[in-house]
Amino acid sequence: MSGTAFGAPPEPGGRLVRLAETGRQPVRFLLDGAERMALTGDTVLTAILTNAPALRQAEFGPEQRAGFCLMGACQDCWIWQEQGPRIRACSTPVAEGMRLLTRTRRDWP
Amino acid sequence: MTEPQVVIVGAGPAGIRAAQTLAAAGLCPTVIDEGARAGGQIYRRPPDGFIRPPGTLYGSQAGKAVALHTAFDGLVAAGRIVHLPRRSVVALADGTLHTVGESGSRRIGYDRLILATGATDRLAPLPGWQAPGVYSLGAMQIALKAQGVAMGRRIVLAGSGPLLTLLATQLLKAGAEVAAVLDTAGMRAQIAAFRDLAVRPSFALQGLAMRARLGRHYHAGVVLEGIEASDTGVTAIRWTDAGEQARRTACDAVGLGWHLKAETQLADLAGCRFAYDATWSQWLPCTDRMGRAGDGVYLAGDGLRLLGADGAEVAGRLAAAACLSDLGLPAPDTAADLKRLDRLERFARGIARAFPWPTDQVRALPDDAVLCRCEGITAGAVRETAAYGGAEANRVKSLGRAGMGRCQGRYCQLAAADLIAVTGGLAHAGEVGRLRAQAPVRPALVSALLEEE
Repeated sequence: MSGTAFGAPPEPGGRLVRLAETGRQPVRFLLDGAERMALTGDTVLTAILTNAPALRQAEFGPEQRAGFCLMGACQDCWIWQEQGPRIRACSTPVAEGMRLLTRTRRDWP
Repeated sequence: MTEPQVVIVGAGPAGIRAAQTLAAAGLCPTVIDEGARAGGQIYRRPPDGFIRPPGTLYGSQAGKAVALHTAFDGLVAAGRIVHLPRRSVVALADGTLHTVGESGSRRIGYDRLILATGATDRLAPLPGWQAPGVYSLGAMQIALKAQGVAMGRRIVLAGSGPLLTLLATQLLKAGAEVAAVLDTAGMRAQIAAFRDLAVRPSFALQGLAMRARLGRHYHAGVVLEGIEASDTGVTAIRWTDAGEQARRTACDAVGLGWHLKAETQLADLAGCRFAYDATWSQWLPCTDRMGRAGDGVYLAGDGLRLLGADGAEVAGRLAAAACLSDLGLPAPDTAADLKRLDRLERFARGIARAFPWPTDQVRALPDDAVLCRCEGITAGAVRETAAYGGAEANRVKSLGRAGMGRCQGRYCQLAAADLIAVTGGLAHAGEVGRLRAQAPVRPALVSALLEEE
């Protein structure tokens, strides 16, 4: 298996495998409150799925979702941020300090 | 007289060539595109800071990709076209496009409109395809090209069409593990189409050579049975091989796709006529050979006819030439391009016949299989709705919600049409009617709609 920028195999819970372009600058973000690492130029989808198996819980079924088309057409990858606005993970670049959620905030109705 | 405002939607091969043709005639068209950088999906460019050279990203097509990127970037730098990247056209009416970008919404008027909106993967449902770890083939290619990642540690690719073989080759070359390549097209259909495919011998031979190198990974004429998953995602795919043996391949990611589906929502809102095309098994807009749809609207590229990237370049030039001549401006000679278009269409129809839509797989979907990934609507619910409410696509959507979800039917419309046709005793999917597009054709944040730039 190919190594990552951090010289180690992918995160144990991660889905994606980095095959190339691993020399980019690291970016820190929060995923469900825990600090995670990604690389500059990653989409939010890449950033999350190199660290976790899925992006969000489906609203209409028991399964989790991890994106589907990656070209902004299927709308499967909309996720929440801690401060409120939702983003489409496949077409939004990750940025330092983003506070991303794989579920809605618990204190919301 | 003020210069006519021509707007192009889409900056793939068709949109780029259309823009270049208009600029060469002295117009300054506006090009609106969802991507951050021009190139479209096929020639998509990675973000800044990525270092793989074009030869690695685009293989034998690298020269074409670089030529398009260079031409477009040069025109933007020279101020001869206006590029509006990362912006979606969500609606259009009365000569005005309603667009949404990061900083809010903007209305953009046009005198002439060239739609080069491309295509998405054409998807057929498979039991279990809602599980995390199932992606379209195009998604897996975008991930590799634009992000340098594989969507799993052990991948199975399934479906049919040129992308199946190409993606498998690209993933293996990049160092991914591909456990199997499962083609639902049998060898007989593929051989029968060979006469048409031979009009582009180098392309056909490249495909065959790639196929040969896949060796034991590749299986033709399979029947896909279903995807197995745990809480965290895909664990295996079940299939039946051409010798009718039941097989199960362990994997943590599945790429699915059956060639392409034209992205036609904006053409629909612009009032274009549509006809069901039996070769491509989908509804396609109607235009003349140049791409004229009428009413100042022109179509080009895979959003009109699924000819692929080379055909899109030709169609982009033709649509722009038609636009120029309709404006009473000198237009380039199109005889050679029209001839090219004929040859490319013959090839593309051959491809469509060689790697057909899997009607049998769709019709055999068990009642509890999810048909609509957006809202988890099952095949059984669609059959029931069609039986109860009538075998018409828009009625089934209204009553049963298949096609009502946030992808707006892009990924379930064709499969739903097959099920509705069977339920209603109709001869084929084309007889159930076409889902009408509804604005906004992309979800738009209310805040973006409130803040006009």
